[in-house]
Amino acid sequence: MSYAINALTKSLNVFHAACSPCNNCDIEILDAITPRHDVERFGIQLVGSIRHADVLLVTGAVNKKVVHRIKKLYEQAPKPVLVIAVGGCACSEIMFRDSYNTCGPLDKIIPVDLYIPGCPPKPEAMIAGVVKLIQAATKKAGG
Amino acid sequence: MEKDKNMQEPKRCVIPIGPYHPLQEEPEFFKLHVDGEKVTGIDIELGYNHRGIEKLSEAKHFDQGIFLVERICGICSTSHPFAFVNAVEDLAGIEIPERAKYIRTVVGELERVHSHLLWLGLAGHFLGYNTVWMWSWKYREPVLDIFEKISGNRQHYAMMKVGGVRRDIALEDMPWIEKTLDELVKGVDMFKGAVMDDPVIWARTKGIGILTPQDIKEYGGVGPLARASGIDEDVRRDDPYAAYNMVDWKVQTWQGGDIFAKAVVRILELYESVKIIRQCLTRLKTAPGPFDLKVKEIPAGEGIGRHEAPRGEVFHYVRSDRANRPVRHKIRAPSYVNVATNEKSVIGCTISDALIVLAAVDPCYCCTERVAVVDAGSGKHLYNGNDLIRLSHEKTERLKKQL
Repeated sequence: MSYAINALTKSLNVFHAACSPCNNCDIEILDAITPRHDVERFGIQLVGSIRHADVLLVTGAVNKKVVHRIKKLYEQAPKPVLVIAVGGCACSEIMFRDSYNTCGPLDKIIPVDLYIPGCPPKPEAMIAGVVKLIQAATKKAGG
Repeated sequence: MEKDKNMQEPKRCVIPIGPYHPLQEEPEFFKLHVDGEKVTGIDIELGYNHRGIEKLSEAKHFDQGIFLVERICGICSTSHPFAFVNAVEDLAGIEIPERAKYIRTVVGELERVHSHLLWLGLAGHFLGYNTVWMWSWKYREPVLDIFEKISGNRQHYAMMKVGGVRRDIALEDMPWIEKTLDELVKGVDMFKGAVMDDPVIWARTKGIGILTPQDIKEYGGVGPLARASGIDEDVRRDDPYAAYNMVDWKVQTWQGGDIFAKAVVRILELYESVKIIRQCLTRLKTAPGPFDLKVKEIPAGEGIGRHEAPRGEVFHYVRSDRANRPVRHKIRAPSYVNVATNEKSVIGCTISDALIVLAAVDPCYCCTERVAVVDAGSGKHLYNGNDLIRLSHEKTERLKKQL
């Protein structure tokens, strides 16, 4: 496990799953890989398939039509996988808590390793969060 | 019987694009029916992003409702509040102060600039020009900086309020905002010269995904989509609100209705938006008075509000029974009608063009990462999203060599 975590945190391949968000967290995530912030410098890049991913990045208040898909994505991810909840919706559902169509915050559906609150969080906050996540994961693995 | 049908159409496949689409109220699941490389039909399925916002709005008072409708869509996150406050002010018969009108217009137009730059970048990405994407998003950053300066947040600005705006634009910030706009225009000039004269981009976008004015009328298309087909309509001019009839600007139209025309209309609108913002800022330096009427009571009645969002006309209907919350709140976003026009534009295209044709409507883009081509008979995956982007890139490379 320790070896896996060490290898995994060297260069994070991120799969971005948008689960009924308002799209704002999603454009801020894309913003983090464009020139001003450019997280690809640190080897962080978006991948097209969950099977290639080290990190599952989830945005949005998960609704009833999507909840089975996010569970399936988590099952399909190669383990160990780190799960990040980006934005107020994924962390706590904010104002969609009372909606008839949402299924609870993300940590009630799949285990979450990192919460990045904000509506939407700034790209700087996302980068700071990922740094903390890598530190915590390597520490936990005894690295 | 089933076998016979398969025998007649051996090459017919279905391409699911989706399944869920992180746009706004109307997430999309496109099922493309293809015969070899040609697209022969399209099914559109909605519901993956449904969060029940109209129902939630009935449980929130008029001030909270603005924050709720802001979160319908993150890219046009001032358009929905703008239409909502227009609707409530129509209901209550409120005339907002002059200063508030200019501030609302500035915020609405800045949003158009950021949204159009976002679209241009992602269109470049789908054509295989990641440089275009990176450039466009680089020039979008100053707009977000202006938003952060005047509202405190890069997205979700929360500037709208029934009876005015939530915060003023300070006089000492204005020179900096004007300077940033100058730099933005320089960037867009360079970008326009480099991109719009590129022969490969011409080959990829001209004559593809054509919508005739007749198609637009039949499907009720709105916004840049309609204006790119030569239809001269714009809510900002046709039903003026805020400060749009107090400043000098023109509705931009183009002929052709193909993807190139849609890109041209959006670039021309960028310049018009900057023109409107500059005039508003000049007037704001001297415009007197309060920027908020501090409205306490909303009477019984019903009202409609419209706003020309970056994607077209957004419509809100509000009915009140003198309580502090709406009895009914109906929302119609522009993509709801625009997405249906895909039925016309995408049929007859090749699969490698389908991505850019679907994206030309300006829905959202995260979904296209999950494109997959599935054989209808066996259910076997033929292409996934990366393969489709690769197909599109290959076509660009091929054209580059030919030219």
